[in-house]
Amino acid sequence: MMMAFISSLMMLFSGGESSGSLLDVNPGLIFWTVITFVLLLLILKKMAWKPILTSLNERENFIKESVERAETAKKEAEELLELNRQNLAKAEEEAQKVIAQGRDYAENLKSQIIEESKKEAKKLITDASLEIERKNVEAFNSLKGEVASIAVQAAEKILRSNLDKDRQEKIVNDFINDLSKN
Amino acid sequence: MYSEEIKTVADTLNTVVAKEESSAGWIMHHILDSSTLELPFITVQLPHLSLFGFDISITKHVVFMWIAFALLITTFYFVSKSYKKSFLPKGLSNIMELLIVFVRDEIAKPTIGKGYEKFLPYLLTVFFFILVSNFLGLLPYGATATSNISVTATLAVISFFVIQAGGIMKNGAFGYFKGLIPGGVPAWLLPIMFVVEILGLFTKPFALAIRLFANMTAGHIVIMALLGLIFILHTYFVAPVSVAFALFIYLLEILVALIQAYIFTMLSSLFIGMAVHQDH
Repeated sequence: MMMAFISSLMMLFSGGESSGSLLDVNPGLIFWTVITFVLLLLILKKMAWKPILTSLNERENFIKESVERAETAKKEAEELLELNRQNLAKAEEEAQKVIAQGRDYAENLKSQIIEESKKEAKKLITDASLEIERKNVEAFNSLKGEVASIAVQAAEKILRSNLDKDRQEKIVNDFINDLSKN
Repeated sequence: MYSEEIKTVADTLNTVVAKEESSAGWIMHHILDSSTLELPFITVQLPHLSLFGFDISITKHVVFMWIAFALLITTFYFVSKSYKKSFLPKGLSNIMELLIVFVRDEIAKPTIGKGYEKFLPYLLTVFFFILVSNFLGLLPYGATATSNISVTATLAVISFFVIQAGGIMKNGAFGYFKGLIPGGVPAWLLPIMFVVEILGLFTKPFALAIRLFANMTAGHIVIMALLGLIFILHTYFVAPVSVAFALFIYLLEILVALIQAYIFTMLSSLFIGMAVHQDH
């Protein structure tokens, strides 16, 4: 039963044997295939593949170069940034140093000025006290002379009016009064 | 019960075969080459030509090869023109660029390696020609030129010549045939190895031809057979199943059309690579 089915199917498929089979080789078709394919290859090679592939390559190279250029530019920019940062740090340091130096200098100057003014003041004080001493001595000396001359004058007066005891007393008292008044 | 049904089917088939001998070949009629071109409403008788005693008649498959030829030439005329206009073309050119770059980067570059540029025009042409021929067979009133053994064998022979030419151009005629035999083979094995390697050269294009032919034929036969069930069994009940299965096979054929174009190109490229760089 099964065999009958299969043989019928086989008959169905081999029924077209008269008009040719799948494995028939047709020389005309081979000829036309060669002609068509070779012509297609030549025409497309000249017309399409060459310009398209060239333009694809150009584009790819352009992209590659652009990326490379961008990469280089980025690297350069980074280097520049690093350099800038370093310069900035250096400048900062320099500024700090200058400020510190200025502060030191000012400090020194300040202490020096104070020192000097102290010295000056001391000297002035010494000078003044010396002057006072000297003036004192001078005044004392002149007072001494004055007192001596006054005493001489008083003695002279006493001697001149050497009459009585009352008188004498009066004169001395007057003198003493005078003296005390001065 | 089951055997009863088989008997019925067998009887039906027998009557169909017996009743109309010529109608049994209707599947073959769709697949085989013919000298008539069926267009909607009319059938065109193609001219018979002969050259030096050879029959070079224009057949259906020749016409469909020419349609593929014309389609490719016009398409790539516009595509290459669009590349002249702008650096970044749009639309159709973009799709073609995708395929071209695919053939270049996924097929030629990895399999041939250095010096692949020389073979690129051949590989691209064969890829697009087979692809378009495969797809033309899926159109209504279409015929698949690549389901004809004469066409695939011719393409395979062209591939064979390209492979040998590539190998000889790179290694020299003597160096190429010497390089066919791997190093380190004992001297007494050399004659056998030589024969085996020469045979190997011819089996490669043979496999290429048979693979493409069988793949492109099989799908069509299956679709025809599935749809034919409706007419053979004289019933509408089988129609939904037949149509569903035929549709599935049709979708599969779209995939197969792409895959076979890819495989033919890929293997050609691989064989070129093997012929050019014999050391590995």
